[in-house]
Amino acid sequence: MKRAFPVLSILSAAFLVYALYQALAVAPTDAMQGEVYRIIYYHVPSAWTAFLLFSINFVASVQYLASATPSRQSTARWIVIGVGVVGIIVTFLPQVQAQLKSAGMRPSAMATTVLLIPIFYFLIGKWFPGQRLDVLAVTSAEVGVVFCTVVLVTGPLWARPVWGIWWAPGDIRLTSTLVLWLIYVSYLVLRRFSSSAQTQMLAAALAVFGALDVPLVYFSIWFFRTQHPQPVIGGGGSMDPRMLHTLLISWMAWLCFAFLVCWSRFRLELLHREVEELHALESLAGGESAKASLPLQRSAR
Amino acid sequence: MNPVKFLAAAYIATWVIHSFYLATLVRRFRRLHGQLKELGKE
Repeated sequence: MKRAFPVLSILSAAFLVYALYQALAVAPTDAMQGEVYRIIYYHVPSAWTAFLLFSINFVASVQYLASATPSRQSTARWIVIGVGVVGIIVTFLPQVQAQLKSAGMRPSAMATTVLLIPIFYFLIGKWFPGQRLDVLAVTSAEVGVVFCTVVLVTGPLWARPVWGIWWAPGDIRLTSTLVLWLIYVSYLVLRRFSSSAQTQMLAAALAVFGALDVPLVYFSIWFFRTQHPQPVIGGGGSMDPRMLHTLLISWMAWLCFAFLVCWSRFRLELLHREVEELHALESLAGGESAKASLPLQRSAR
Repeated sequence: MNPVKFLAAAYIATWVIHSFYLATLVRRFRRLHGQLKELGKE
């Protein structure tokens, strides 16, 4: 594993350079926006990566909350299977399909999103047992906040030359993204500064509520009138195939980068917990040696 | 202002944010390794 990390880092760096070359030199110029549209190759992949990481945080938090008792674990498992099965059946009902199509959404994209919920749930539960779920939750939240910060910084830089304004106050897509960022920043602040034994449980509960904002951000452009353009994948927007190709390459490159950063952050959290345990053992040993020396002091008196 | 400057600013800002975060990770790793060494010595 120690050798895999540098190899993957080099591959990821090469992939990012290739994606940058595609974004700046290969992808065609947009007829309406000109060169500035190329911000899409950093803005959109960062948003998708942030959503993915917040979804991982949500699943890990639910699993962590459910892992408290075996009965709760079993109930959560059946609820997730139920959500997956019912969600897919509902997506293919003719009335729902008609509504989705009128909103500019592809039913297949919706069904895939619903199907990913149980898949994620069981894979994460299998690969990250016990306390590792909590480590995964904090890792995905922190890296997700970094990617969400990129979205919130590159968005206004794109909006200013195209819309003429830095920010559209009251716009649901923009506001819900800012709220999402604030929720996960408060999640990290809670984890950083709370010393209660219940911190992990409280943070997991906050993450479950925070994750409710992710679908609101994602689907807001379908259901509300907003300044933000329609989605280019699974929605009503359209894109030149070469631009779409570059966008997908950029996302793959940023996903590789995010995976490596998450890997590092995961190892850092494990190391942090190991050091905390050693500190606790040391203070315990110190306390016991003090206790052991107490009768000697008394006898000396 | 030239729109290309906004493009450059967005790309630079992205790399600055990621570089800053990576630097904090490296700093935290170093601090923890230092603490681990101290605990090992004691």
